[in-house]
Amino acid sequence: MTSPALHDLSVAELARQLQKREVSAVEAAQHFLGRIQAAPQFGAFVALNEEATLAQARAADERIAAGQARALDGVPIAHKDIFVTKKFPSTAGSKMLAGYQSPFDATVVTRLADAGAVTLGKLNCDEFAMGSANENSAIAPLGFEQPAPVRNPWDSSRVPGGSSGGSAAAVAARLAPAVTGTDTGGSIRQPASFCGITGIKPTYGRASRYGMIAFASSLDQAGPMARSAEDCALLLSAICGPDPDRDSTSLDVPAEDFSRGLNDSIEGLRIGVPAEFFGEGLAPDVRAAVDGALKEYEKLGATLVPISLPRTELSIPVYYIIAPAEASSNLSRFDGVKFGHRAKDYGDLTDMYKKTRAEGFGDEVKRRIMIGAYVLSHGYYDAYYLQAQKIRRMIADDFQQAFKSCDVIAGPVAPTVAWKLGEKSADPVANYLADIFTLPGSLAGLPGMSLPAGFGEGGMPVGLQLIGNYFGESRLLNAAHRFQQATDFHLRRPEGI
Amino acid sequence: MTSQPKLVQGYEVVIGFETHAQLSTQSKIFSRAPTAFGAEPNTQACAVDLALPGTLPVMNKGAVERAIEFGLAIGSHISPKSIFARKNYFYPDLPKGYQISQFEIPVVVGGEVAFFLGDEKKTVRLVRAHLEEDAGKSLHEDFIGQSGIDLNRAGTPLLEIVTEPDIRSSDEAVAYAKELHKIVTWIGICDGNMQEGSFRCDANVSVRKPGQPLGTRREIKNLNSFKFMQQAIDYEVRWQIDQIEDGHAIQQATVLFDPDTGETRAMRTKEDAADYRYFPDPDLPPLVISDEWVQRVKAAMTELPRTMAARFVADYGLPEYDATTLTQSKAMAAYFEAAAKASGQPKLVSNWVMGELSRRLNSGEASIETAPVSAAQLAALVGRIADGTISNNAGKQVFEALWSGEAGEVDAVIEAKGLKQMNDSGALEKIIDEVIAANADNVAQYKAGKEKAFNALVGQVMKASKGKANPGQVNELLKQKLA
Repeated sequence: MTSPALHDLSVAELARQLQKREVSAVEAAQHFLGRIQAAPQFGAFVALNEEATLAQARAADERIAAGQARALDGVPIAHKDIFVTKKFPSTAGSKMLAGYQSPFDATVVTRLADAGAVTLGKLNCDEFAMGSANENSAIAPLGFEQPAPVRNPWDSSRVPGGSSGGSAAAVAARLAPAVTGTDTGGSIRQPASFCGITGIKPTYGRASRYGMIAFASSLDQAGPMARSAEDCALLLSAICGPDPDRDSTSLDVPAEDFSRGLNDSIEGLRIGVPAEFFGEGLAPDVRAAVDGALKEYEKLGATLVPISLPRTELSIPVYYIIAPAEASSNLSRFDGVKFGHRAKDYGDLTDMYKKTRAEGFGDEVKRRIMIGAYVLSHGYYDAYYLQAQKIRRMIADDFQQAFKSCDVIAGPVAPTVAWKLGEKSADPVANYLADIFTLPGSLAGLPGMSLPAGFGEGGMPVGLQLIGNYFGESRLLNAAHRFQQATDFHLRRPEGI
Repeated sequence: MTSQPKLVQGYEVVIGFETHAQLSTQSKIFSRAPTAFGAEPNTQACAVDLALPGTLPVMNKGAVERAIEFGLAIGSHISPKSIFARKNYFYPDLPKGYQISQFEIPVVVGGEVAFFLGDEKKTVRLVRAHLEEDAGKSLHEDFIGQSGIDLNRAGTPLLEIVTEPDIRSSDEAVAYAKELHKIVTWIGICDGNMQEGSFRCDANVSVRKPGQPLGTRREIKNLNSFKFMQQAIDYEVRWQIDQIEDGHAIQQATVLFDPDTGETRAMRTKEDAADYRYFPDPDLPPLVISDEWVQRVKAAMTELPRTMAARFVADYGLPEYDATTLTQSKAMAAYFEAAAKASGQPKLVSNWVMGELSRRLNSGEASIETAPVSAAQLAALVGRIADGTISNNAGKQVFEALWSGEAGEVDAVIEAKGLKQMNDSGALEKIIDEVIAANADNVAQYKAGKEKAFNALVGQVMKASKGKANPGQVNELLKQKLA
């Protein structure tokens, strides 16, 4: 049997081979760049810069040769195009920022580069991270003349999920061993579930938001996406850590080696199963896969504890008030004055604003700006925004109540497997409702992850969601890793990949 | 607050103030860009100030400490937890499309500013003072058919200080603004430069018949000199009264004062007031100020004017009037104290500072910082008066010589000008004997009980001594000899 191809290696194994100089960082980078260029059909990448990538790879090889290897030296990764980067354009999937060059790198980008990772390019996403199907990007992916939706490598007639759809598709198609994503209401977990990969969103405040183009500031959080929990742990260890000089919401919690506890026993782990996650909205195929995964956990020595998260349904209206409210304000800076798109012909200042923003933003972004402006406006603020904040607090309290009787919470990531392209694009509310299981944890600021748990309708992957208490990333990754030691769902590959 | 309010054409004037004091930090309130005034456009604006995608605000602790100092100086409550909010509106010089300010819970709550208007003590209550960032500037002159944006000022820390409507005349308004200006410059949280916009006042003005509810107010924006402040308010009051007398209701509005015409002119009315959609800024956690932090700021704070005045009364035995006058500025107070300590003659020093020195400063010849007569020189001068070396009048000649730069050393001036009083009693006795011998009729008249004759003899002695005799000593010796 021949040794596995570079793109089939885990991050852990690739890092080991790089450090042993069995493969060079330049070879690894070239291998993945070749794959990306040979497989543009998924629309996963929006920008490459070979020169910059190879320069980083050469630097990694030099460090390795000098015996100064860093944890991720030479490991190729790619970034969701929500993170700003000096060497690649940063667009947030919006016409508003087409071709925008940032003068600085996001903290997450810097931290991964400092750990030795080599950046392959930038990944497609929903415009300003708003969407759950990655059908809202206004940027033409590599190999395309026009904007195109990202396609699911398991079935290219289906969506990859969103908003980190390009990230999930790239990992599933083995175009990168690991990538970054961002999660506001489920944007790491849901695409990870739809594309059969593993992704984790840490506790709000553990990863710096500096350099992440803001959608909803009180919810946005960066995290890694890869094929396994072990690989996610390697990247998350590099990403997390305080950034007090750049992000005031960054928590003063030291970085952690999330790989250390991966193999700990989960004997006696109490897994809370919220009744509200298994109601009638849950598709039978998803339910079957999730039930199967829970049984597997019991086999591994965990106990299932029935719990209740009574305000699960309220998380949808609460989220779709708070996130648009913050977005409406965050996106005000895109006014055509200083950077980004400006309408060509306009009359006075107001006309310039109107035309610039009408042309620069897509429908979903405009919809959320309008909702946000409405719920913050005089006379409605108390009834909507303030009320939503109160319920948000209650939702967080519900989790604390639940964690009295369990260590982690498990359930589905999404009610269904990935749907067909265009199936819900005319019905925004149907899209919003599909976020029901990821929103509660986001609103509470809790860490959450998705790991492959089986397959459903059409052979599409189904993810299991694990939600931990604050700073419980290590425990989540441990539980996921033990599951992945006992199962092979995460090792399956889409046909033709 | 006040005794009987002064009425204008039968109307009571009601004024509230909003003052933007630019805080004297080196860097901006939420970024590390410098705050220096007058640089080339957009050279002092960093990525955060330009609101580039991905940037986030980080609070400058120095700005918070200055707000705490202000609160302590005027006896306010310092909020243990205050909230930053976003005020959303579109304007080209507002890079984020919102201004970070404080809305529901400001950092400083309450407090009062007291001052004298003539002999009457007035007190203006403060509602609040809150931290916020300044916007940039639109430049309309430099470009043909286009406007330029200079974001150097964007993100400059401001403390907005809001009063209750306690002010009842333009005189009171100016006195309040001057007192507030004194406080912020005294404690050093603001450079007070009104021309550069470091201290800008907005006055909310309304009029009413005594006993009636508050009238509708109009806000005069950006009053950047005390002179314009008075003119603008006086014009506005007359305009409002004329409107009401003519049967027109006052519309709530924001107005600008035009110094060229001396008139106020409406910029916008309430109808087009924006809905700012305030909400707590999710990028900034609540501003938590511990009691320990407040105590630390307090311990490092400079002595406040009213505390210093009380100390001048207690330690130097000055009358209250002197103490209050000397603490009108920090530099003046420091000058006084240095001279008082060096000479050991606080009351004499006070007389000279409030008299000769102030007269020259007020005439605009110099500021206290650049006064040609230093505190040490004044102390030496006062010392020579106190020890009888020179008379008070001779002191004025010495002062003039020092001020004009003619000489630099007090004793040298006294010597050069021959101003020394004759303290040698032998020499003086000789003069007195000669005067008595030469003025027999005056001596006779004095002995017959005519006091005037004695004064004539004193005058003769002074004349004979060329003014150098010590008048007290002359009196004494003459009396002895004529006894």
